[in-house]
Amino acid sequence: MFEVRIHGRGGQGVVTAAEMMSIAAFEENHHAQAFPNFGSERTGAPVVAYCRIDSKEIRLREPIMQPDALIIQDPTLLHQIDVFAGLKQNGFVLINSKNSFEKLGLAEMAASWAPDRLCLLPATELALKHVGRPVPNVPLLAGFAALSGMIKLESVCNAINAKFSGKVAQGNVAAATEAYELVRAHVETSRKETAHA
Amino acid sequence: MLKQTEGSHAVAEAIALCRPEVICAYPISPQTHIVEGLGEMVKAGELENCEFLNVESEFAAMSVAIGSSAAGARTYTATAAQGLLFMVEAIYNASGLGLPIVMTVANRAIGAPINIWNDHSDSISQRDSGWIQLFAETNQEALDLHIQAFKLAEELSLPVMVCMDGFILTHAYERVDIPTQEQVDAFLPPYEPRQVLDPNDPVSIGAMVGPEAFSEVRYLEHEKQMQALELIPQIAEEFKAGFQRDSGGLVRGYRLEDAETVVVAMGSVLGTIKDTIDEMRDRGVKIGALGVISFRPFPLQAVREALKNTKRVVVLEKTFAVGIGGILATDVRTAMDDKRLINYTVIAGLGGRPITRQSLHDVFDKATRDELPALTFLDLDWNIVNKQLERERATRRSGPTAENILRDVGDHVAQHS
Repeated sequence: MFEVRIHGRGGQGVVTAAEMMSIAAFEENHHAQAFPNFGSERTGAPVVAYCRIDSKEIRLREPIMQPDALIIQDPTLLHQIDVFAGLKQNGFVLINSKNSFEKLGLAEMAASWAPDRLCLLPATELALKHVGRPVPNVPLLAGFAALSGMIKLESVCNAINAKFSGKVAQGNVAAATEAYELVRAHVETSRKETAHA
Repeated sequence: MLKQTEGSHAVAEAIALCRPEVICAYPISPQTHIVEGLGEMVKAGELENCEFLNVESEFAAMSVAIGSSAAGARTYTATAAQGLLFMVEAIYNASGLGLPIVMTVANRAIGAPINIWNDHSDSISQRDSGWIQLFAETNQEALDLHIQAFKLAEELSLPVMVCMDGFILTHAYERVDIPTQEQVDAFLPPYEPRQVLDPNDPVSIGAMVGPEAFSEVRYLEHEKQMQALELIPQIAEEFKAGFQRDSGGLVRGYRLEDAETVVVAMGSVLGTIKDTIDEMRDRGVKIGALGVISFRPFPLQAVREALKNTKRVVVLEKTFAVGIGGILATDVRTAMDDKRLINYTVIAGLGGRPITRQSLHDVFDKATRDELPALTFLDLDWNIVNKQLERERATRRSGPTAENILRDVGDHVAQHS
C-alpha cells in the first residue's frame, strides 16, 4: 500500500487534491481511498487530506501516520506544524515553492535526502498562469505523478475533467502538463547527477 | 458500474435508483452532501416524480416524512447527531404508526461538549425507538443497504435507519459499484402500502390507545422486528442473486474458524479491525471478528451461533452508556446468557478519535493474555483526566470541565513541541 499525506490551508483545494489522486489511481485500476482529516474547515486554517493506493481493497480507516509521500501545498506550514511527522526515510516530498531549500530552511534535509525524491515546484505560479487563481493543488498532483511514478499524467487529466469542466478544466490540464514536465526534468537531472557522482 | 466517488454521493445515487417520491431534508454535517446531491438530481430532472422539500428543522423533516409516508409515498430523509435528537418525538411516531420511512444516519457524536466528528451515540440513542438499524461497513455496503432498506421497510411497514460512519464513510472517496436502474427496479417493486390515507377509502391513522390495547400494539412492533430477523437474511440473499455481491444480512464473521478471541464491532472500524486481525493471525494468534450489521433487531441467535466456539469476546464500540459501560456489549452478553465466556468491552473512537491498528494490537494482545480490564477506554489520556479530578478536589469553583481540559491539552502540546 502506498500512502500520501497532503498538507495545505483551507481554500487551497487540499481535500480535492486527495480526491482527484484517488480518481486518477482508480483510472489505472488501482484501489484508492481518499479522505480529509475532518474538522471545521476555515479558509487559511491548516488542512490535511490523505490518499491510499493499493492493488487490493483498502479496509484500513486510520489516518496516515507514516506516509510514503508528502505534498506540501503551503510552505508557510513547514515551520508551523510537523508536516514531516512519520515520513518514511527517503519518502517522496513535493513542496509548493518558488524559493530554494536554503530559503525554506530545509538545506539540511535536501543534503541528506535522495534528490530524485525531493522537489520544489512553483505550483501557485503555475496555477495563476494557467487558471488565473492561486490554487496549487492540480499542478502539485501532476508533479506528484512525475515524482513518484504512481499515476500517469493522463490519469491526472482525466481526474481534472471528472472534477471540473470548461475553461477551468482546460487551464488545469495546461497547468498539470507544465508541472509534470518540470518535475520529470528535475527527477531526470538528479538521477543523472547521482549516477555521475 | 464501477466508480470512484464520495460515500455521500454513492448513497445519493442509490436513493435516486430507489425512486423515492418525497425527500425532506434539513442540512446537518456530516449528512449534508447526501441530500444536497439528491436536491441537485431533483432540480436537474434526473430524479423524476419526486418532491424535494426543504424543511425548517429536523422535527419538521420527520413530521413531513410521516405525512408523506402515510399518504402512500416512498419517503426518504437523512440526519445526524443533534438533528436526530431534535426529531425524536416524531421518530417514535413513525415507528409506532408503522410507516416505512428510510433514513440515513451519518453517525456523529452527541454534545455537549459540541463535537461534529464520528461516533455511534446518535443512532444508538434511538435503539429502543422501534426503528430497524443497519450499520454499513463500507461505502459499497452503505449504498447497498439503502436499496435493501426500502424493501425491508415496505415489506414490514416499519421504518429503517441506515447508519454509516460520518466523515469516515460519508466523506471518503472509494470504489463503489453503482447498480443499474433495471437491477434496482427488478429488486424493489413500487411501494404498496399496508395503510394509506386515501380519500376514496378513508381511514384515520394515529388513534389514541388506552391500557386496553397499548401492550398489544407495542408487542406487534416487537413481533415485526422478530420477523425482520427472518427477512433481513432473505433480502440479503435476494440482493446477492440480483447484484452478485454480499451486502447486509444480520452479522458477518471474519476468520472465525478456530478463533479463541472474537472482536465484535459495527461499522467502518471493522476494516481496521480486520487488518489488525490479519497481522495478529500472521503472528499465530487465533483471533477473528464478528461484524454486527443489524443492531435492531438484535440478532441474538446469529451472534450466539457465531460465538459458540470461542473463549473470549472483545466488544469494541463507538458508544458508551454513561453510568454502566458498553451498549453493544450488553446486547452481546444477552446473546451469550447461557455460556461462560470471558467478556471485555472497549470503548473507542468517541467524538472522532482515530482508532489505530497500533492501539488495537495493544488491547487485543492484552485481551488474549486476559490482562485487559473488563471496561477499557481506548487511548484515554489519564493525565488529563486525573488533572481535572484533582482540580475538582482542590477547588470548589473548579470551572467548566471541557474548557479546563482543552487548556490542559493545549499546555501539554506546547510542552512537547
